[in-house]
Amino acid sequence: MAQIRVENLRKSFDQFTAVHGSNFTIPDGTFFAMLGPSGCGKTTTLRMIAGLELPTEGKILLDDEDVTFRRAAARDIAFVFQLFALYPHFNVAENIAFPLRCQGMSRRAIGERVQETARMLRIEHLLSSKTSKLSGGDRQRVALGRAMVRRPKAFLMDEPLGALDAEFRHLMCGELRDLHDRIKATTVYVTHDQLEAMSMADQIAVMNKGLVEQIGSPQEIYDRPASMFVADFIGSPSMNFLRFEGGLRSGDRAIRLQDANVAVPEVREDRASAPLVLGVRPEHVRFSDDALMRGKVFGAEYLGTTQIVTVDTANGRVAARLPSTANVRIGEAVGLVFQSERLTLFDAGSGLAIRSAIEGSVRHG
Amino acid sequence: MTAAAAKSTAHSIVEASPRSRAVAGSLVILYAVITLLPMVWIVATAFKSQSDAIAYPPKVLFEPTLEGYVNLFTVRTRQTADFIAKLPPPSTWYDVIVRKHDMVIAGPSKVVPRFVNSLIIGFGSTFLAVFLGTLAAYAFSRFRIPLADDLLFFILSTRMMPPVAVAIPIYLMYRQLNLTDTRLGMILLYTAVNVSLAVWLLKGFIDEIPREYEEAALVDGYTRLQALRKVVLPQAVTGIAATAIFCLIFSWNEYAFAVLLTSGEAQTMPPFIPFIIGEGGQDWPAVAAATTLFVVPIVLFTVLLRKHLLRGITFGAVRK
Repeated sequence: MAQIRVENLRKSFDQFTAVHGSNFTIPDGTFFAMLGPSGCGKTTTLRMIAGLELPTEGKILLDDEDVTFRRAAARDIAFVFQLFALYPHFNVAENIAFPLRCQGMSRRAIGERVQETARMLRIEHLLSSKTSKLSGGDRQRVALGRAMVRRPKAFLMDEPLGALDAEFRHLMCGELRDLHDRIKATTVYVTHDQLEAMSMADQIAVMNKGLVEQIGSPQEIYDRPASMFVADFIGSPSMNFLRFEGGLRSGDRAIRLQDANVAVPEVREDRASAPLVLGVRPEHVRFSDDALMRGKVFGAEYLGTTQIVTVDTANGRVAARLPSTANVRIGEAVGLVFQSERLTLFDAGSGLAIRSAIEGSVRHG
Repeated sequence: MTAAAAKSTAHSIVEASPRSRAVAGSLVILYAVITLLPMVWIVATAFKSQSDAIAYPPKVLFEPTLEGYVNLFTVRTRQTADFIAKLPPPSTWYDVIVRKHDMVIAGPSKVVPRFVNSLIIGFGSTFLAVFLGTLAAYAFSRFRIPLADDLLFFILSTRMMPPVAVAIPIYLMYRQLNLTDTRLGMILLYTAVNVSLAVWLLKGFIDEIPREYEEAALVDGYTRLQALRKVVLPQAVTGIAATAIFCLIFSWNEYAFAVLLTSGEAQTMPPFIPFIIGEGGQDWPAVAAATTLFVVPIVLFTVLLRKHLLRGITFGAVRK
């Protein structure tokens, strides 16, 4: 098992830069997810770690060993593809055995390892089947088996659940996490699905346009987004952005929004008057008749235990997650109260979070 | 609504009606008869006597003889009846056939070396074209090659004019290089013509094979070349077989360059066959016999590769 370090990694294709100087360290045994919309450079970063692409600039270190320009085969990592990439001319056992055969291991030892791996993944009964006869979930288990059998330093997974249907995906999420807990292998997991990343990862790197916007635990990323992009990308419905104009001074504990004073976590930096944004998660909005912050109900979306109510205010539309028992009429004028200690302020120009009492530990990518 | 539904089940779009099936079947049979008739006539003519072969109206029923094949494989000289009567009795069955026409066998004809030339040049150039074509197609399909589109167009453009248009320059070039009437020269020439076809056909087939297979193999410990050999090629077998058949058919049948560039040592069957008729005057059965033998290797090759043409090896391996 290994620690993976990426230093100033950059990749350009002709005119287009896919990755702009990433820096991060993945500690040994971590389940590390790279999350972002398509085209954000997460897969390119993964492929560079794997050795399937060569970086334009920068370094990749596996256990402090520079492997930047080493052949994929010489890095001792395993890759799991979205489309499984099982060899169609082999059966399941031969597919799992393939990496060991490449290493020239003896037939007996290969057989034992394949059995052991199959037992771990509970696919022993499939070993002699043709891969084309398997269900999507079983194919992915075989692909995982092929990755595990070599006991590599790290697993790299490129949207491994992307080709499965929703039901299987949920099941495999649980299995993958369970597997990780048992074998404790460093895993880099690329996905565009925030639920997958949030439910499995120890650490998440949120990427956008070739840049790492934030790295942190799922909770840090959700509660203390480092940028408007992260705040918007994570959470469903995403964070509300209330735009306003104002200046800030270190030590401020409130901002002026419409006629209301909205309490915020203590600000830790000075700002001249500029367009700012107040970020509020829908679950941190409450209705209160005597609140000074006013709005008009635009619509309501029933979700079973909760409902999402959208309210038009002078600062933009706000979504609120309320208990579905709350009685809301469309067009009704309501007062809004925000849960002060969970609010985030952003600079509208740069999109970055403004440092405050809760932002202390946020790292920018 | 119900009426429309009933009608649609009676007239399924997917399943052919008995009548349309009968029409399709008879069309296929008609086509088979039309295309096979000349072939059957040639095979039959090879077993006719010279007079039956040119009889008018044409004879469908005739007495079969191996005269055509004997004439194809031998060189004969005409002798007087007295001379033949004085010879010891014929020792072989083909001596019997030849002497009936007042002739004796003077030696073997050139058909065997010509046939060997055809085999060496045809299969040699096919192997080279497919080998080079596979490597080039793989490179075009997988690597970022500067000006790849222009290069591909350039490769295709070599086929845009009739090959005979460059016959004279090639003849002069070959004369300078001492390549005229050599097997090597013919192999190189046919390879050059076929490579463009091979690159384009194979690029299409290799594009269809997902990259992930090789990438998985690269991560698992193969070099690029091993991945190509053990992972890509087995999946490209269908395409390679189809390409090989096309290349072989071209180089096997090629006539114009063969006439121009070969006359002796390296002469292939196509320019040789018309000569047969001159040796015996009106020897159509020998020509037909040569033609029959000439077709056999192509038929065998196609039959051998047929199962690869039909098998979709990557089917179901990747979820699309």
